[in-house]
Amino acid sequence: MTATAERVGTDGPAEPVRPDRRGRSPLARQEDRAGWAFVAPWVLGFLIFTAGPMIASLVLSFTDYQMIQSPRAVGLENYRELFDDPRVLKSLSNTFVYAAMFVPLGTIFALLLAMMLLQVGRAGGFFRTAFYLPEMTPAVAAAAMFLLLLNGQQGLVNKVLGWVGINGPNWTTDPNWLKPSLAMVSLWTLGGTVVIYLAALNSVPKQLYEAAELDGAGPVTKFFRITVPMISGALFFTVITNTIAAMQMFDQAYTMFYGPQQKASASEESLVYMVYLFQNAFQFFKMGFASAMAWLLFVIILAITFLQFRIGNRYVYYHGER
Amino acid sequence: MKHLRLPVVLAASALALTSCAGVGGKEDSGGSGDTSAESTPSGTLNVMGFSGEDEVAQSRISAFKAAYPGVTVKNNKGDFDAQQFLTAVSSGNAPDVVYMARNLIGTYAAKGAIQPLDDCIKNNGIDTGQYREAAMNEVKLKDKTYGIPEFYTVTANLINGKALKSAGVQTADIQTTDWDKLEQTAKKLYKVKNGRPARIGYDPRMPDFFPLWAMNNGAELVKPGGEPNLNDPKAVEALSYAIKLVQVQGGWSNFKTFRDTFDIFGEKNQFTQDQLGVMPIENWYVNVLRDSRKNGLELASTPFTDRQGQPISTLGGSAWVVPKGAKNFDAACKWAKTLTSVETWHKAAEARMQTVAKDKSFFTGLFTGNKTADEEIKAKHLKPTGDAGFDQAINNYYSVLDKAKSLNPSPAGAEIEAAWKNAVGKALGGTATPQAALDQAQSEAKAAFDKASQG
Repeated sequence: MTATAERVGTDGPAEPVRPDRRGRSPLARQEDRAGWAFVAPWVLGFLIFTAGPMIASLVLSFTDYQMIQSPRAVGLENYRELFDDPRVLKSLSNTFVYAAMFVPLGTIFALLLAMMLLQVGRAGGFFRTAFYLPEMTPAVAAAAMFLLLLNGQQGLVNKVLGWVGINGPNWTTDPNWLKPSLAMVSLWTLGGTVVIYLAALNSVPKQLYEAAELDGAGPVTKFFRITVPMISGALFFTVITNTIAAMQMFDQAYTMFYGPQQKASASEESLVYMVYLFQNAFQFFKMGFASAMAWLLFVIILAITFLQFRIGNRYVYYHGER
Repeated sequence: MKHLRLPVVLAASALALTSCAGVGGKEDSGGSGDTSAESTPSGTLNVMGFSGEDEVAQSRISAFKAAYPGVTVKNNKGDFDAQQFLTAVSSGNAPDVVYMARNLIGTYAAKGAIQPLDDCIKNNGIDTGQYREAAMNEVKLKDKTYGIPEFYTVTANLINGKALKSAGVQTADIQTTDWDKLEQTAKKLYKVKNGRPARIGYDPRMPDFFPLWAMNNGAELVKPGGEPNLNDPKAVEALSYAIKLVQVQGGWSNFKTFRDTFDIFGEKNQFTQDQLGVMPIENWYVNVLRDSRKNGLELASTPFTDRQGQPISTLGGSAWVVPKGAKNFDAACKWAKTLTSVETWHKAAEARMQTVAKDKSFFTGLFTGNKTADEEIKAKHLKPTGDAGFDQAINNYYSVLDKAKSLNPSPAGAEIEAAWKNAVGKALGGTATPQAALDQAQSEAKAAFDKASQG
């Protein structure tokens, strides 16, 4: 990097500026300060409300902390216990299965909705708002509503399926259908993903489609050869964020199957990881163990995300790249 | 390295702040100051976990305010929330008095989240003999008393008389002594439509009522001293039977799906809609059902008995506890005393009678943890309702009050409850046999008990 800098004036030639001891100009330092001032609220918030608790939870994960007494150091005991507790594995596998259902389904469903929105012209604004509104609905309220909709006997979902001759399952009581029902409930909040896809679809150059049409490409070819590659960045981003969200799923599962509504499924098949973590922390007073669970999940998410990047980078097209 | 100075300082501050938030509140307060019967509490009393909306609650709050005008009552309305409670206590912002289910007290006492009330009881001259023995047993751990009992719930069979008539079943057939006969009765009452339940004959109320069925068969799920005994052969047998009862009525998935459609608190409830023949349920539900008579409810009732034919019941209910770190121990103590005293319960009963008169309804009893209050209120206010079925139900509940038993308190009470609920769920769902499910539950609960006992 050069050790000199120039200040550009509006009414004369560039004026040489003396660099400071670290080789930075006063302007650069001023910009540094302004930059810090602008990001300070976020940085402070991050340190106090995210990084701080994360470090605290890492420390607590090596302790026996029952929330009332002081933490007592136990070394790696909590981490050893993680692998001895069959419910940790069960909840983890439930969460993986749920994520494996929700992420692809969510991606396809959101993309379909976004493509439909592209076609509706002036009414797009209305539908965009309508699709995004569920995002604003509290997850607990949505889950309670879906308990009624998904009731196998009187729920609207099965009634609609019945109109087309399908005998719907007992979504909320059959152990085999608990995770699919959770995935369905989560589809309710895809508004954000739809908006991202809509923006990505709008940014695909029209000339590409016109050229493809001249070459005789049909809609399917255009979709897989132009649309998907061109929006692959958005797809990749939402797959990663939806995977992380799925691994941390709590509200819907807790409300539908473990909350105070006496609708408990009474089945281990709906025990997702975060619900079990919550139980350990606040029902069993095992905050140290719950912290270890949180860090295990963090590592798992990190590994999955890393893997997704390794695989995804081969296929993702970034507009800015050459 | 100089560039890292600011972030490092911020991170260290954040860590210190959050660590304090999570680990703070170490002061060990416990009934400091004058807590005698003659003391006059003042200041603010923060109440947690008490909805306090109906006339019974309001009249008792008024009684406290009248007795102690110097105390400002701040009631954070809403049901008890473990997360809210624990974070409040651990951060040093504990409420002064908390309303919680008695079955939680063993766990919270063992963890040191709530204070012993022995000094409060002694200094304020609270007569613990007035409370029901079973309720007092629930609020004790290792000879210390941690709560003052409030409400008291017991169970009896409530019956849809119309269903019985249509199925040709007699009220006397509704019994839990002869299991084979009960299964036959349930089958007679059960109705199916398009392959799905249209009326459940007898709902054993699983998984929540597993302790009742274990008790029915003579099993004690938690031993005196708090050790779990979940895979007692009699408990396994009881679970197997209850599952069989569900199986002959559509199987768990169909059974529960149908049960989830019940509008339990509405006028179009499972009885008036003929969706249910019989279920064991707690005493408070009779009060809910009064308004259903105009929708054609024909209520009947029988006691829930053990296999020898003796009426039994599990016990539920609430208590007042004082958390660790409560700042107004004296007011909390007097609140617990006042709200559960005979005089105050009389005021509550008067308030209920006024509501009953206004609604042109009838009194279905007040079931408190205070035996003296219950007996006096019953003698003074309980009159024949004019509906034989309701009279029968109310009588069944009163008759089992002294026979009801709770699960013994345990320092691992929460883990034990989670373990048996999980086991019953797996067995109901068919993912494990009752024996295997309860064996695993016992293993988990025993490990939690051993750990809790050590620490």
